[in-house]
Amino acid sequence: MFGYEFYIDPERCIGCQSCVNACAECDTHRGTPMITVDYLDRRNSIATVPAICMHCDDPTCAEVCPADAIKKGEDGVVQSALKPRCVACSNCVLACPFGIPKMMTKLELMMKCDMCYDRTSVGKRPMCATVCPSQALAYVTPERIARERREKPTNVFQFGNETVTTKVYMMVPPGTQAVAVDVIDFMWEGAQA
Amino acid sequence: MNTEPLWREEVSIHAADERYVNRRQFAKFLVLTSFGMFVGNLWILVKSWLAKKTFYPVQPVARIGEIPVGGVRLFNYPGPNDPCLLVRTAETEVVAYSQKCTHLSCAVYYSRENGRIECPCHEGYFSVETGRVLQGPPQRPLPKVVLRRQGDQLLAVAMDLQAGEGVRNA
Repeated sequence: MFGYEFYIDPERCIGCQSCVNACAECDTHRGTPMITVDYLDRRNSIATVPAICMHCDDPTCAEVCPADAIKKGEDGVVQSALKPRCVACSNCVLACPFGIPKMMTKLELMMKCDMCYDRTSVGKRPMCATVCPSQALAYVTPERIARERREKPTNVFQFGNETVTTKVYMMVPPGTQAVAVDVIDFMWEGAQA
Repeated sequence: MNTEPLWREEVSIHAADERYVNRRQFAKFLVLTSFGMFVGNLWILVKSWLAKKTFYPVQPVARIGEIPVGGVRLFNYPGPNDPCLLVRTAETEVVAYSQKCTHLSCAVYYSRENGRIECPCHEGYFSVETGRVLQGPPQRPLPKVVLRRQGDQLLAVAMDLQAGEGVRNA
């Protein structure tokens, strides 16, 4: 709407948890961060990756919601569950290919990143992107990302035969068309073999 | 060919679709509400057809000799909780009204000096001849008690709710 796009570059993430703390400061969900910093392979690596909602073009979470509680706005932002509708069934938690929705059992409500809708809808940057010291989370114009980064943004993810396109971009090495994920590779049993 | 299932239209993941009312939904709403109105009116009509006519008892109120000219007598008619006011306005003239003001049911009284029935709560005045509203907040005339004379005895025989209706310059 304001010409900004969200870019995630896991390569830049230093695992400082600034985004997590900044997110938790937001008034709309005070004390509860909607972003997580995940260790990819903690035994062998210090590599971390921030996990925010990718805002899929065809959001699986909303598709599977039996209560019609998750809505996607015209700006492409997939909103957090509507409190009066959410029945806390966790369908969205299980369905999301990126593992983003969190079930708040005490509130009986699913909560997830809505790209700081109160901020981005008026042209401000999301909390996490404002504090990220290495700009692994960047909320900038496409021109600026093309000028300043060697990596190229992509918003196509390949989960087996399922192709997911998203509003949020992931920075990938030049020449990569899509982020292909073979789920079997990431299963715990696979790591043992 | 549209392969989207029919329920997609009703349950959309897009916020904008939820606020959008299409022609079919609007027509459905109109038809259903007018059908509801029709059924409601029908019910009222049937109820009024089946309603029994109110039965008024014949009840002795007073002997005419007991009340001086300009005097009043309180009685209950048609039920024991319906206070009424009987006024002897002249030698041969006797009228009776419900004592409940038609505005907020305050007890009205007969004002001999002004020759009218007055309600003290909001200064609603009624004509003593017909019960029509002379001034004040009441919108309806006082219900009149139809009296019948049987020798010296006055009998209340019915209530006339529209006695003062249509009488403008009485």
